Amino acid sequence: METRLKILLVDDDPAVLELYQELLKRLPSRPEIVAVSSGARAMALLENDVFRLMICDLKMPKMDGLQVLSIVRRKYPMLRTVALTAILDEQFRSRAYALGVDLFWHKPTTEQEVQMFLECLESLLGQENENGFRGVQSKSLMDIIQLECISQSSSLLRIANGSVIGRIWIQDGEVIDSETSDLKGEEAFYRILAWRTGTFESMAPEPSRERTIYKSYNALLLESAQALDEALSLGGETDTTQTALSPLSRVTQMEGIEFVLTQKRTGAGKAEARGLENPDRLADWSRQCLQKFADLSELIHAGPLELVEGSGPQRQVSLARQGDYDLCVGWKLDLSSAHIRDTMKKVTALWAS
Amino acid sequence: MGLLDFFNKPTPSLLRLPSGSFTVDRKGAVLVSTVASSFPAELIDQISSRVLAIFQEATAAQLPLSQIVIHYTSLKITARELRGGAIVFLSPRTPFSSNNQS
Repeated sequence: METRLKILLVDDDPAVLELYQELLKRLPSRPEIVAVSSGARAMALLENDVFRLMICDLKMPKMDGLQVLSIVRRKYPMLRTVALTAILDEQFRSRAYALGVDLFWHKPTTEQEVQMFLECLESLLGQENENGFRGVQSKSLMDIIQLECISQSSSLLRIANGSVIGRIWIQDGEVIDSETSDLKGEEAFYRILAWRTGTFESMAPEPSRERTIYKSYNALLLESAQALDEALSLGGETDTTQTALSPLSRVTQMEGIEFVLTQKRTGAGKAEARGLENPDRLADWSRQCLQKFADLSELIHAGPLELVEGSGPQRQVSLARQGDYDLCVGWKLDLSSAHIRDTMKKVTALWAS
Repeated sequence: MGLLDFFNKPTPSLLRLPSGSFTVDRKGAVLVSTVASSFPAELIDQISSRVLAIFQEATAAQLPLSQIVIHYTSLKITARELRGGAIVFLSPRTPFSSNNQS
């Protein structure tokens, strides 16, 4: 028997709820609509039932939409979420997307806008709940590249893995260039293909992009797959360019770095460090610092914590979270903040991969 | 007019991210502030208590700091140490703001 998908609609205004229930009945997939008037009620329903999509108004009493979405994104990461609002303010769009909502939409006012809104919802409902890359219909990165190349398409794929961004240029069905953090060309391509999770989007092609990759897409994908298989059989390390050195040692080789310290966020195990004689106190401080500011974000809804930078009379320091790890990097005092941010991106990229 | 109040639905408000700056002493008391009064004072206290604690703990960890910058996706907090207290700058970040560095 075919099961109907469920949409949870949250808005404090009964008139709006009624109106949107009627509108959503026009969706081709004929989902079941459940309407509630508060975030607390929505939470209770999500505990006991499985929904494919939640549409949430931002301006609500007691628990506002951003608070609801923040909790929902954390507790139910596979639930598709839509923020709906009548407020025309870019700050709220930015904050909603920072929380990881799939769609931010101003309440439609014309029939054309309603139609576009319904099409977007139908598209979100159609996406399958699968692990891996979340973007174009949740397909794997290899699938997308293969599809683009077979169809002789031209596009720029922008792939995000945490805070690390990778780009792959495809021109007339051939991969012509790629880059991510400190890598370019084939090396960057293999690095990006080694990422296991992330999001990607297809952007307008750049025909003027200089070609640096001359292998066929088949050869590139085959080599990526082989490298991944070999890495997995060796125990999970997926870096295809520098497997000899540990990531910690490779970080210390970067310009301007005085020390690096990493530890599990849970506090399990001992902190690992290079360039520090007694890392324990600094490990405690960096863990507390990241935890305090991550908790603060929960209170003020400022989106995920990206980076903490500190500077003092002796040195500069950067702290970031990558996966399950906390990273703390010490820098020479004379380095510019632009250089530090740039290198810190490379450090987190190294960790991500 | 009491009759009209009956139909007047209270409008919920959405908390905007704070913009402006404030100065706190070493005990966390706010001395001067340009942050909108609509932003709850408790949240200002939460920000200042964390910032002051991190400055103090950094000194205890033998890493004295004079400035901390915290980058969130939608907000940047810059805190400068002032003789045990701090001056804290809050600047929201939007896709179009110039301080969108990362």
